[in-house]
Amino acid sequence: MKEIMQGNSAIARGAWEAGVKVAAAYPGTPSSEILKDIADNYPEIYAEWAPNEMVAAQVAAGAAVAGARSLCCMKHVGMNVAADVLMTIAYTGTKGGLVYLIADDPFVHSSQNEQDSRNWARFAKIPMLEPGDAQECYDFTKAAFDISEQFDTPVILRTETRVAHSDSLVEPGKRVESTMPMGLDQKEWTKYVMVPGNVRVRRVFIEERMRKLEEFADTFKYNVMEINDPSVGIITSGVSYMYTKDVFPEYSFLKLGMVWPLPKKMIAEFFKKVKKVIIVEELDPFIETEIRAMGYKVWHGKDIIPNMFELTPEIVEKSIKGKKYKAPAVRVKPEDLPRRPPNLCAGCSHRPLFYALKKLNAFVFGDIGCYTLAAAPPLSALHTTICMGGGVGMAHGASKALGKEGLGKFVAVLGDSTFMHSGILPLADIVYNKGYGTVIVLDNRITGMTGHQEHPGTGFTIRQEPANMVDYNEIGKSVGVKSIRYIDPYNIKECMEVIKEEMNKEEASLILCKDSPCMLLRRAKPLEKFKTPLFAIDTDKCRGCKVCLEINCPAISWREGAGATADGHKRKGTAFINPDQCVGCEVCVQVCKFEAIVPGKK
Amino acid sequence: MKDNGKITNIFLSGVGGQGAILASNILGEVFIKAGYDVKKAEVHGMAQRGGDVTTHFRFGKKVYSPLIKYGDADYLLSFELLEAIRYINWVKPEGKIIINKSEIFPPSVNLGQMAYPKDVEKTFKKYFKDNVWMIDGQGIAKTLGNVQSANVVLVGAFSNFFPEIKDEQFIDAIKTLLAPKLHDLNVKAFYEGKKAL
Repeated sequence: MKEIMQGNSAIARGAWEAGVKVAAAYPGTPSSEILKDIADNYPEIYAEWAPNEMVAAQVAAGAAVAGARSLCCMKHVGMNVAADVLMTIAYTGTKGGLVYLIADDPFVHSSQNEQDSRNWARFAKIPMLEPGDAQECYDFTKAAFDISEQFDTPVILRTETRVAHSDSLVEPGKRVESTMPMGLDQKEWTKYVMVPGNVRVRRVFIEERMRKLEEFADTFKYNVMEINDPSVGIITSGVSYMYTKDVFPEYSFLKLGMVWPLPKKMIAEFFKKVKKVIIVEELDPFIETEIRAMGYKVWHGKDIIPNMFELTPEIVEKSIKGKKYKAPAVRVKPEDLPRRPPNLCAGCSHRPLFYALKKLNAFVFGDIGCYTLAAAPPLSALHTTICMGGGVGMAHGASKALGKEGLGKFVAVLGDSTFMHSGILPLADIVYNKGYGTVIVLDNRITGMTGHQEHPGTGFTIRQEPANMVDYNEIGKSVGVKSIRYIDPYNIKECMEVIKEEMNKEEASLILCKDSPCMLLRRAKPLEKFKTPLFAIDTDKCRGCKVCLEINCPAISWREGAGATADGHKRKGTAFINPDQCVGCEVCVQVCKFEAIVPGKK
Repeated sequence: MKDNGKITNIFLSGVGGQGAILASNILGEVFIKAGYDVKKAEVHGMAQRGGDVTTHFRFGKKVYSPLIKYGDADYLLSFELLEAIRYINWVKPEGKIIINKSEIFPPSVNLGQMAYPKDVEKTFKKYFKDNVWMIDGQGIAKTLGNVQSANVVLVGAFSNFFPEIKDEQFIDAIKTLLAPKLHDLNVKAFYEGKKAL
């Protein structure tokens, strides 16, 4: 019977039915749900959160070399980390089927860039499948494992936000165990040891493999030609097909389930059957460049279809219809309305710490996590976000560029999860190369932003089994950091004093946040340390100075209304604390200069 | 299946934590069981951090795009006033609008920098006349003893637009998706919502 599934759940289901034995990932929107789904629903699959995508890619590769069907999942930028594995496992191939799932994020709903992962397939010379809805996620995942074993190649499965996070109907089946014999064979070293003599052999193999894959693409059942009205033919793939089919059902379509390599014979046939061809694809002109290089005359491609941000049904319609497109009436201009950006939760330990950094006027080298939200006003206390762990290496570089002039002026911040992901080596680099820099680990005991995934510092595995918990202090010591301090991020004064001291030291310094778990992490009982459950504004004392609004707590708002304090100070309004949202973290109490924030009653 | 080939587009909007996603999951169960093809799309990367949440929900004989075409929504089911007016342009001229009378201030309003939109109901009525329904989801849910069930109140109100679907089909969906201890409360919330429109 058909079930409604998210694209990510359909991939998990497909992997399970394909007989997958090992799955590894580092979380990243919009791919994170896949591994969680596998861990929760499919006990036959060993599942793990790896410290980063490169390790996850190695784990899957090793399992596949040992004969198991293996899946590795990541968001698009994760492949930048894992690429060292991909580019060479592409040469060796594996024994068991090996699939790398990459989830793109056109329009950058929740990412630091908008790269088009289809380019990896051409770059690594391996096949790529691109599903457009949950049924296809399920079907293509199964097909990917078969292709991997048939052609001795890793296969990339590429999704994107509207495929990964959309739900639609799937007709599931049963798990079929792989018949591939398990085990390691030393005699296969020429296939797996990529020294020049062996590489050259595999280099030739890759080209032969690509020729065979091109022939296969012409017969691949998920490359589909639909000839309707022959006056216009659309070549497209994935969710772009869904949008175009929805708006122009009368056109003819060549829908590519496999976007690399391209089915050359099918393309030739399609050009014979239709008069004019439009290529509809999100982001780069990936298919278009190839088809133009084959010598075909393409009627329209990126001359009308945008090469940035996501496509939508109306963008496809508008692009193809041009001047004939009639836009719907604008009743209210959305840009005139207040936006609703995400915010740090009430009680979040990042808020006071970033407030302290702001007060110190520090330049903050950041990375990627909930704390990236501190970049926005009014906190405005984070100044770079490039990649995970990136702030640490960048701070070191700045120390070398600025010399003594930079002392006391900057810090690097990162989360506990991103410290594990990519933060340890740049910390070692500061020590080794005699730089200076204060590195603050915002330890909230979990990977927060992507929805609470475990990592080597949390003490639990993906299936909630107790596990080793990395000691960040010991890591600091072992890479040679002499100055390691603990701070209570909820104590603004203490934070400012300690950070100021450390920022002025001409050496590597590591600051660890203690007892500051994510407000949403129930098992850590984050509210227990707050002595008072709730605070309120004492309107006898509030002068309406708005200082407490600068911490940007969702529980605090401004109430307009002229008046005066009990001792006669005139004011234009007062602050208000929403009792349903306040958790009693006492951060606003420390900020108020007039003792106007007092314990309240629930 | 009555409307052969016709696709119905329901645009849901709200604020993270209001239960808009559960509401769309209930609709999913209901329309699949009724024999339709269903697609729905949501962006929920940062919903838990107080951001806005939208879901595109589409059902019909065969649905391709997971996204509704801009200006093509048959229904706007909104859990918050600002998040309703933000998407007013998405609704067809003959579309129907159901709004939960809840105001949740975003940071710029909290900080006194921007005004929360006034006259949301009036603006909708200006364009959509009698096709606008305001529901006090929180108020009704409070009388039942749990504000959390406001989303199911809204689903109950919304169910009036689909007379071909029996109440039991909605109740089944609610029971499928919620833990047993929440069944009684939410079944009541559904019926109270149904009466409210």
